[in-house]
Amino acid sequence: MSVHEHAGQTAAWATIRLTVNGEEHTVTAPPMKRLLDVLREDLHLTGTKEGCGEGECGSCSVRLNGELVNSCLVPALQAQGAKIQTVEGLRLEDGLHPLQEAFLRCGGAQCGICTPGMLMAAAQLLAQNPHPSTAEIREGLAGNLCRCTGFMRIFEAVAAAAGVAERPAALEGGDAR
Amino acid sequence: MRGNADQHALVAPGSLGAVLDLLAAEPREWTPIAGGTELMVAFSAGRLKARKLVSLWGIPDLQALRVTADEVSIGAAATFLELRRQATIQSDFPLLARAAGWIGSIANQSRATLGGNVVNGSPAADSSPALLVYDAEVEAISVRGSRRLPYSEFHTGYKRNVLAADELLYAIHLPRRFTEHRQYLRKVGTRRAMAIAKVALAASARLERGTIREIRLGAASLAPFPTRLRRTEEVLLGQAPMEETRRAARSALLAEIAPIDDIRSNAIYRRRVAANLLEEFLLELGREECRG
Repeated sequence: MSVHEHAGQTAAWATIRLTVNGEEHTVTAPPMKRLLDVLREDLHLTGTKEGCGEGECGSCSVRLNGELVNSCLVPALQAQGAKIQTVEGLRLEDGLHPLQEAFLRCGGAQCGICTPGMLMAAAQLLAQNPHPSTAEIREGLAGNLCRCTGFMRIFEAVAAAAGVAERPAALEGGDAR
Repeated sequence: MRGNADQHALVAPGSLGAVLDLLAAEPREWTPIAGGTELMVAFSAGRLKARKLVSLWGIPDLQALRVTADEVSIGAAATFLELRRQATIQSDFPLLARAAGWIGSIANQSRATLGGNVVNGSPAADSSPALLVYDAEVEAISVRGSRRLPYSEFHTGYKRNVLAADELLYAIHLPRRFTEHRQYLRKVGTRRAMAIAKVALAASARLERGTIREIRLGAASLAPFPTRLRRTEEVLLGQAPMEETRRAARSALLAEIAPIDDIRSNAIYRRRVAANLLEEFLLELGREECRG
């Protein structure tokens, strides 16, 4: 890890290499900078939203080395060398991901703030469990709050996507692993 | 006020030895951070007091899960998601597997660690009641060596523990001798997912011909730290879980616990719920015994 000193700062900045949606990036940032802020401010990937900033709402969910995380709780330095998938990396080469299609069709998105996190949590769920029960869908999305839809349309969208998304490759989306 | 990343140092030495050297060289200067589900919340809110943090994330020594015939040893930085996926945890320590599934959401479980839950020392810690009834031992490590002690002696006060300034929690050891025990765990919170416990009770008991021969009760949110309810256990030991015993156990529990009023609940409610949880466990114990 190479380190740079910036005037007026107590913490030495770090050079962090990470792969986001299949693309390699190098950012220089304070090591405690939240991954959420690195994605939004340094990499201009503003699909990932900030809701609560304390790991309760799931708006900032991304997939990191194949696990779902709240990017507001990950210090940038702990993403050193990581492979990350954000909502921008969900779409397939030939169009929307089946989950995105299903959210549109079922009315799973209203104001849209929770939607990227919902999609990432749902993508993680289907990657681990391609045919989840309703209870499993509810558990998989329990960390993602929506204040518009009342959740039912979101659960329906995930169930619908699970029904059509038989191709494992489609569920993996971009570069999740 | 929001946290400012420029005001906090974070280093990732990458090996257990290097972390211990740092803790020994500058005791009390460095705060270990694993998955960050506690400290990053404080950071985001501008409440993080620690100015120098050392990362434990991704250090293999701290993530290892070792299974022998007698014991399961869980590295302090193993995540709750990893614990949930372990067949041995599910089969031998089902209460711990269930508690792991209650820690926040999937996105929290993928980062939150067993050691972090223990060291953070919240009175409401989800894993603690299960660890208490399973006779968990904790292993602390430093450049001076390592030592093991019962988890029930780890907490010494509200958010205080026995770790010395240069020590790190290394592993949690669970003896594999509870599969024949009747086991119970219930958490009462505002909502099924994400909520922090208002009250939680874990219990395990072994009966012989209807008489309680071994019993352990582990409680959260009923004292300044997670604790065994030893006086209540004493009242139950050697008894059959009949109505009279249940009544005596309720009284003992109400005399033993010291819940408080806080943002999540109040003492009166916690006392009533705690007694009801104990009664529920004892009723289940009695019923199972009848089915026999």
